[in-house]
Amino acid sequence: MFLASARKLRSFGIIGMNQRNFGLISRYNPRHLYPLVDDKLKTKLLAQKAGITVPKLLGTLQYQHDVKLLKGILSPYAQFVIKPVKGSGGKGILVITEHDHNLYFKPSGDAIQLADIERHVSNILSGLHSLGGKPDTVMIESLIQLDPVFSDYSYEGIPDLRIIVLRGYPIMAMLRLTTHASDGKANLHQGAVGVGIDMGTGSALHAVQYGESVSCHPDTRKTFPELVIPHWDKLLQLAAACYEMTGLGYLGVDIVLDRDQGPMIIELNARPGLSIQVANCAGLAPRVAVIEALKNVEPDLQLRVAFSKKQFAADSGIHPPRQQRTRIDDPDS
Amino acid sequence: MHAKLRLYIIVILMMGLGIGLILYKHFALGFPLSPDDKKSVWTIEAKIDFIARGDPVIVSFALPPQTPNTVFMEEDFASPDYGFSELTSPAGRRAQWSKRTASGPQTAYYRLSVYEMDPITGTVTSDLPSEPEKPEFDEVLKTAATTLLDQVRSKSANTEIFTRELISTLNSNAPSQNQRLLLNDQSSEDYKTHLIINLLALEGISARIVRGLYLKDGRRRQSLSNFVEVYIGGQWLLFNQDSGESGEPRNFLIWQRGDQSLLDVVGGRNSQISFSIIRNVHSTRNLVVRDGMNKQAGLVDFSIYSLPIEQQNAFKMILLLPIGALIVVIMRLLVGIRTSGTFMPILIALALIQTTLLTGIIIFLTVVGTGLLIRSYLSRLNLLFVARISAVIIVVIAIMASISIISNKLGLDQAMTVTFFPMIILAWTIERMSVLWEEDGPREVFIQGGGSLLTAVIAYLFMTNRTIEYLTFNFPELMLVNLALILILGQYTGYRLSELYRFHSLERRHVSGKR
Repeated sequence: MFLASARKLRSFGIIGMNQRNFGLISRYNPRHLYPLVDDKLKTKLLAQKAGITVPKLLGTLQYQHDVKLLKGILSPYAQFVIKPVKGSGGKGILVITEHDHNLYFKPSGDAIQLADIERHVSNILSGLHSLGGKPDTVMIESLIQLDPVFSDYSYEGIPDLRIIVLRGYPIMAMLRLTTHASDGKANLHQGAVGVGIDMGTGSALHAVQYGESVSCHPDTRKTFPELVIPHWDKLLQLAAACYEMTGLGYLGVDIVLDRDQGPMIIELNARPGLSIQVANCAGLAPRVAVIEALKNVEPDLQLRVAFSKKQFAADSGIHPPRQQRTRIDDPDS
Repeated sequence: MHAKLRLYIIVILMMGLGIGLILYKHFALGFPLSPDDKKSVWTIEAKIDFIARGDPVIVSFALPPQTPNTVFMEEDFASPDYGFSELTSPAGRRAQWSKRTASGPQTAYYRLSVYEMDPITGTVTSDLPSEPEKPEFDEVLKTAATTLLDQVRSKSANTEIFTRELISTLNSNAPSQNQRLLLNDQSSEDYKTHLIINLLALEGISARIVRGLYLKDGRRRQSLSNFVEVYIGGQWLLFNQDSGESGEPRNFLIWQRGDQSLLDVVGGRNSQISFSIIRNVHSTRNLVVRDGMNKQAGLVDFSIYSLPIEQQNAFKMILLLPIGALIVVIMRLLVGIRTSGTFMPILIALALIQTTLLTGIIIFLTVVGTGLLIRSYLSRLNLLFVARISAVIIVVIAIMASISIISNKLGLDQAMTVTFFPMIILAWTIERMSVLWEEDGPREVFIQGGGSLLTAVIAYLFMTNRTIEYLTFNFPELMLVNLALILILGQYTGYRLSELYRFHSLERRHVSGKR
């Protein structure tokens, strides 16, 4: 059987693309707020104003003739990340982990030259990676340092945590682990591993790669049951705070853990994808229903997070504990 | 909920209007729903010959009446040096040729092109009959007539059977004394017709003579046949005076009703009339459009048909686009196929229409494939983005030119249609695919490229379907139906087919989790 029956998927509460676009994005996200999250510079400023930690901005480039300045901007730093300000889906992100004279090294160990970086920057400025091909701005950020918690679970990259926030309530979370196949990127369709996270405790529930269950990280062979995300409450509060910050009712918050500076928000997404359901082996629809049943949004962040933790914990009554059973049944664990 | 209700009302209104217009055009204006619908157009030529005596000449000729079931496409009157006028009276139309002096053999022509519409029920022309005049027979004949009528009456139950019985008795092979007396050995058509009418009048039944023409292809020197029309139960019924069959025969044109003369010639003698008939087959649509234009029917007159042919041809193509858009909507929202560029497949489909399917696909793959190769070299040259896409456009043009030239030298004429592919779109496709290749790998390129091509081919198959092409052009109101469908699809929040695959592992895990 290659196709699931639509009836069964509906009974699991899986939300499809059409349902997401119609029932979540267009209902909760007013279009005029999109620029706040589509423009990463604006997001960064907004977050800083709200007192949320973000990766340090090393510099921006807006015009083609600024490309000449690149060498000067980059020279003090051994490690940095180059991003298109209006990029989407992780496109156009260049990570440099080592700088040696004229050679810059990517996480995979490939060496590139300044000219290659200049071309990449020039492409971004021309709008190659931006939505609709509009001219874009380049931003250069400091590199995030891998938190030792994840050192066994990532390969040539930084894992990030995606939390879906509906009307200010975190409803589902997934950890994206970089792999060799994903070329150090935390993109599921490129081969990163998605790990469903128990909303109640921050521990791993279940993991998938290319849509299929995996029991351990494909490169480090480390199994997932031991994986527990630290500072779980803080992370949930950080995500929930983005609702007040942006006003967007349906939001994907991407958080990384920095070894030195702790949790940081790297990106907000007004059109978060649906793979999180596969990673959690659970549908969004029942959780959306719980939040939609609330008359009004609780203004207190902590109370909201407490509500979510209680409602959406893996062993809560609303969601039968089948995820846990799956975990125990895993032959490799 | 409110917005949803409003949308459904709009959708229902548009559906109703669109389908209503289509039905109106089909049933009231006679537009066929299939492009293969053909009709016979009969061209009838009446030739009037006479010899003029050198006096003023007036030729008066009865013209066929227009009925709802027949459409007169064209009427021509020709006769050299004659004045002509068409007269309309309650008794029917007549053509009148006149000349101050004429001598020697003269000829006048009347030509009519006519075709039959599908019979429209409920439009029976029921002009009331006058009270039948009692005919004057001499005593002998009257006795014979009365005897015959008594005989027939005893065998019949109503007027229709009576008439049929009367006609067949008169035509019987072994006539009795009475019949022979009545028929008087004058077996001329007109005499028989009048005899039947008179006999019916004796019985108090209104009847009149009808002259008409059997339409058969390639007939020459035909003359009109006589029929008897009898007023029964509030409407006129036609009877064949030779066989007694009732009802109008197939391919029969009623030329004249009533007892006026068919042809009057004043100032001439030996007048003769003969008919010749030719059949042509025309597409029903063309006939209907022409008829609509002539009548200035609003729906036809204010439509694409009123444009010059060149614009009409452009619209033929443009009106197919909504079908392509519908296919794209279905493929993306219901099937969930990823395409590179939302409507790029439609443009490719339009190009395929010009190049034919297989040639088009081969050309498309060649151009994009070669373009990708050259583009991968361009990316090493470190160019600014706009310059690079412009370079790709030039490369695409160069590839297209080479394909044309090489295929021409090889004698493959088909490949020269390569020029129909939209160059800018091809260049963008190459650029996007190339970036996709670098960022997401070849797999994604094949998924999106394949998805685009599949959508394009499906759109092509629909857009080249003869019936669809015919319907979209002749029933532009289909666009309303199409729009309504797209609006409904825009409300679809169920799973896409591809999502049933994407989430199929979930289903399996749920099952294993429960066990």
